[in-house]
Amino acid sequence: MRIRRNLRISGIVQGVGFRPFIYRLALKHCLGGYVRNTPSCVEIAVEGLPEGLEAFCRDLTDSAPILACLQEVVSEDAPPLGEENFSILASHGSGEAAAVIPADIGLCPDCAAEILSQQNRRYFYPFTNCTNCGPRFTIIKNLPYDRAHTTMAGFAMCDACRQEYENPLDRRFHAEPTACPACGPVVWLEIGGRRRSRECLTRAAEMLWNGKIIAIKSLGGFHLACDARQEPVVQLLRQRKGRRDKPFAVMVRDLAAAEAICELNRFEKSWLRSPASPIVLARQRANPGIAASLAPGNRYLGLMLPYTPLHLLLFQHSPDALVMTSGNRSEEPLAFTNDEARRTLGELADAFLFHNRDIHVPCDDSVVRPLHDGSTIILRRARGYVPDTIQLPLPCREDLLGVGAQDKTTFGLAWRRTALLSQHLGNLDLVETIDYYRCAIDHFQTLSRRRPTVAAHDLHPGYVSTSYAKGLDNVRLIAVQHHHAHIAACLAENGRLERCLGLAFDGAGYGPDGTIWGGEILAADLADYTRVGHFAPVVLPGGDAAAQNPNFMALSYLFAVYGEAALSQAARLGLRFSPLQERLLLRQITTGWHSPVTTSAGRLFDAVAAALDICRERTYEGQPALELEMVAEGQDWGYYPLKIGHHHNQLVIDTIALFRQVVEDRQRGVVPAVISARFHESLARGCVAACLTLRGRLRLNLVALSGGVWQNARLFLRTKELLTKAGFEVIFHRQTPANDGGIALGQIAVAAAVLDREQ
Amino acid sequence: MKRILLSHGAGGQEMFALIEQVFQRSYGPSGVSRDDSAIIELAGGNLALTTDAYVVSPIFFPGGDIGRLAVAGTVNDLLTAGARPAVLAAAFILEEGFPLESLQAITDSMHQTAAEAEVNIVTGDTKVAPRRAADAVFITTTGLGAVLRPGLSGAAAKPGDKIIVTGSLGDHGIAVMLARENLLGSDNIRSDVAPLTEIVLRLLEAEVEVHALRDPTRGGIAATLNEIARQSQVAIEIEESRVPVRPEVAAACEVLGFDPFAVANEGKMVVIVAASDANRALGIVRDCRYGREAQLIGEVLPAPAGRVHCRTPYGAARLLEMPTGELLPRIC
Ligand SMILES: [Fe+3]
Ligand SMILES: [Mg+2]
Ligand SMILES: [Zn+2]
Ligand SMILES: [Zn+2]
Repeated sequence: MRIRRNLRISGIVQGVGFRPFIYRLALKHCLGGYVRNTPSCVEIAVEGLPEGLEAFCRDLTDSAPILACLQEVVSEDAPPLGEENFSILASHGSGEAAAVIPADIGLCPDCAAEILSQQNRRYFYPFTNCTNCGPRFTIIKNLPYDRAHTTMAGFAMCDACRQEYENPLDRRFHAEPTACPACGPVVWLEIGGRRRSRECLTRAAEMLWNGKIIAIKSLGGFHLACDARQEPVVQLLRQRKGRRDKPFAVMVRDLAAAEAICELNRFEKSWLRSPASPIVLARQRANPGIAASLAPGNRYLGLMLPYTPLHLLLFQHSPDALVMTSGNRSEEPLAFTNDEARRTLGELADAFLFHNRDIHVPCDDSVVRPLHDGSTIILRRARGYVPDTIQLPLPCREDLLGVGAQDKTTFGLAWRRTALLSQHLGNLDLVETIDYYRCAIDHFQTLSRRRPTVAAHDLHPGYVSTSYAKGLDNVRLIAVQHHHAHIAACLAENGRLERCLGLAFDGAGYGPDGTIWGGEILAADLADYTRVGHFAPVVLPGGDAAAQNPNFMALSYLFAVYGEAALSQAARLGLRFSPLQERLLLRQITTGWHSPVTTSAGRLFDAVAAALDICRERTYEGQPALELEMVAEGQDWGYYPLKIGHHHNQLVIDTIALFRQVVEDRQRGVVPAVISARFHESLARGCVAACLTLRGRLRLNLVALSGGVWQNARLFLRTKELLTKAGFEVIFHRQTPANDGGIALGQIAVAAAVLDREQ
Repeated sequence: MKRILLSHGAGGQEMFALIEQVFQRSYGPSGVSRDDSAIIELAGGNLALTTDAYVVSPIFFPGGDIGRLAVAGTVNDLLTAGARPAVLAAAFILEEGFPLESLQAITDSMHQTAAEAEVNIVTGDTKVAPRRAADAVFITTTGLGAVLRPGLSGAAAKPGDKIIVTGSLGDHGIAVMLARENLLGSDNIRSDVAPLTEIVLRLLEAEVEVHALRDPTRGGIAATLNEIARQSQVAIEIEESRVPVRPEVAAACEVLGFDPFAVANEGKMVVIVAASDANRALGIVRDCRYGREAQLIGEVLPAPAGRVHCRTPYGAARLLEMPTGELLPRIC
């Protein structure tokens, strides 16, 4: 007796070798039927003996390809049609799209072996890929994911490639971007407008040996590359980019080269080798043998392995550690078309390594920092992770758009229980980023075939994202407080709906009371929050002026501690101000003239970094806090007892007294390594003490940590440890960054909960 | 109930909203010129008419006083219409108890500034308000001039045009602000308040192809350029490194968290000029007493309409927004 069953599978099931997998499975269990892609799912019909069907369905979930991610399997029985053969049908084009495009995947071991094998027809071919690896998101223009809808559409496959592409048993069966030297894209080197195609990789490598800077077209955009061991060229690159201190990432030939530079534990190694191939922050060895100016004031270095064939082939000749920094001027979005690169990188690079496979969607490298306890801090979510979807803990009653924040912007779309978060787009102060932001929102709407009817935005009236939301037609707006969004993001991606204690620590967010929040304890669920505690308020002299100048913040804290004696204390710490600065700052700090009040956690780190002379000039976002963390050494230096006061039913963590003890230690001559360690320990203990008090009061045992300050591994690990010891359940970000890159997800989660509550 | 806020008078977004939502609701959109002067046809000639009320604290500040401001401001507004300023009327509201000596100093200063600007103050009015019903002295000046070059307007900027500023930016706003707070030290921070008759008349006489003139007062060039970009439906790009800002002013802005481009000027003109005439215009301006530090700072682009940005020294383009009353920190 034959039976037939129709299956609809959604999730990441396209472009990951799913259909050949199904085909092989059907053959194995002697089933007839078909499989095809639709924009929203993979559709399967199977027909055969009941045992065969059962085995098929078991294998389907148990042995799906590693890159696939099955979100939902809908199955229904159908009358048998007597179909004996199994076939792969052409994609079906209409319908709503939930099927989600896979992210770009780093070069797989099979393809890597092929391009290094002289016998293989793809020997040294830089655009080799298969269903297990290669470009996806960055080349897709529309769905369903077929070659015709990618930037590979213009390359007609040769017979050999076509055969592989059509053979269900081949690794390249329906590998949409497949290509070979006979039919695919080509690479060339361009120096001063002259194009050289022959031996271009060896010539590029030679230039790198000779201390030159090359712009290399990668998967999601251009990199600027140079030899990471040559100090002069690293300095030159800094000078050309106008980037004084911000660390550069390094791509190394292989794991051995990585280990020569950094100490790597198993977590770091597995992140490095993972299909997403992110930049992994790892601790530098004592003598890493690389240019000292790669990561000034930082004990860590961002490493990655070659993730495209082009990179791997370049490393066959080049130095084995190359700076690979985003190909842009200053903080602009990265260049991703050849013309744009010629225009914007012409003065930065000595040569271009171009190719003619267009990038449709730019996507930066992702950055992660694995921690020794197995958890990971995600600093930037982009290539390799986007557009993987995130499951929401509750359904969206309408299609949603979360527009994000201002810096490190991402946005997100959501429908039903699915959230699709964009790649890191950068700072919306810049017009190029704003343009790209608008265009990316459109592109994501096209891909998902969703037109959101509700947009969630930050409360801050001055964010460009807020204005964007307010400019949308026929869309209902939901305003979400910044720190509520942080905590909601953490709850949502951990699948939690219940109320928690949220420790939202960051630089600044608009508080509904007109002050600038940033060291906040919220009692929050997705729909709602109450501010139940915060850092001690201080003046933020000149608003963003203080964020740009850690010294201003140090003076503000000194004033909070010492009053009029602040200036003489500042002098003892070696903090210098011009007479004009002194006059203006004192007026601002004493009267609040043009200066809001803040409870910012980020600015506390700035003030401490400046007071200790660890960082008195901020040249990139987060620099003072990062350098303060890096200076700390040892675990058992004790801590400063931290008082917790009360104000209007809210706990106030006495961060001003904490600052005083930092200064007193400094005046006593204690070294910064110890003071910084004590400072971190004190804050961690302060958080736990506050949570304990609040648990007694509010009966909440779940603690969510969010906000950019939690990118500080020392603070994060210690706080988590102490909270766990005290019996709290602690959740942290696992899929999105704790910084403002996660805000869009939080906005979506809050909006979904608000709509849900209205029902 | 909605009430007037200080930001409604600051020359930024809030003020434009007020004009649209209150004044234009009564007068109609065509009743109010979006430029600083209105052009009227009278007795066979084209006349430019403008009026401005001056409220400044302190009334005497480094580089000037309310009298000089009241004359220069109105003269400059007439000049933006391509008119030769002819006559001014001045109305005073004085607070009971105001020292005569101070009034004399103000009127002397007005006379001197008028002479410099080649206008006559021909009529006036004086009212005295009871103590505390007014603050020291308010002056309203109305100016009339003959249009030499019709068609100058914030709506006349064209893609390709160059943008000149006649000198350093932010001096007036910072000087007055620090003077008011008693925060001026020995730094050389002074208001730039001055009538720009020489600059504008020489440009017009030389038949330079000027398309728009604007004096970037409240809201600074950020407000001015945004208005022009909106009125002309063009984009504007300026290059940060070319915009002259005095180091002392920049230093004060750095502490205050202000963008010097959003700070008021009272003796500066933004000149939008055809590219072919830009260098000649710059030469003429630099030859004038108040134009020695003039710079070509940017150009008009075709799109996107209404957007102004500023290229930083490393090439990134920062959005230059219409200033708002409240500066809220955004750095997270
Ligand atoms: Fe934040
Ligand atoms: Mg005026
Ligand atoms: Zn592969
Ligand atoms: Zn081929």
